[in-house]
Amino acid sequence: MTKADLVENVYLKTGFSKKESAEIVEMVFDIMKNTLEGGDKIKIAGFGNFVVKDKATRRGRNPQTGEEIEISSRRILTFKPSQVLKASLNDSEG
Amino acid sequence: MNKSELVEALAARNGLTYKKSEEIVNIIFDSMSDALTTGGRIEIRGFGSFVVKDYQAYMGRNPKTGEVIKVKPKKLPFFKVGKELREKVNS
Repeated sequence: MTKADLVENVYLKTGFSKKESAEIVEMVFDIMKNTLEGGDKIKIAGFGNFVVKDKATRRGRNPQTGEEIEISSRRILTFKPSQVLKASLNDSEG
Repeated sequence: MNKSELVEALAARNGLTYKKSEEIVNIIFDSMSDALTTGGRIEIRGFGSFVVKDYQAYMGRNPKTGEVIKVKPKKLPFFKVGKELREKVNS
């Protein structure tokens, strides 16, 4: 599934044109991206939570050379699926 | 931000009613759930991708009691953040 399929679904289930549907889907992801960029989390009941986390500096290794390197502190985005989504994935095959 | 705040933000941006915006947000997340449930992957350019990983049954432990238990095979969704968003979040 890609953004085009989401646009198609919005188009089929609402009265919007394809062009409008495409703009609206784009807006939804824009709003989500801007929210996450600002460090805020997004909680979608029934789907899951997108959470921005701060990771401290740590020591790691280059897995290819074994050389020890410092991994700088960073902000990462994580996704935690909701119980509802996890349950529906595991119900589908009985 | 929760779902109703996302709906409000969408309504504010495109001048739609709350109800119409809610319908759209629901269509998007329902479609995504359905795609994952039927085993598909999702790829949203500029945002990220979702895949479902299959886990075989394994012997695990209850971390509280140390008791050995059998864990059934399961599927779990994973999200991989897209390059653009990963860089924006970290900047």
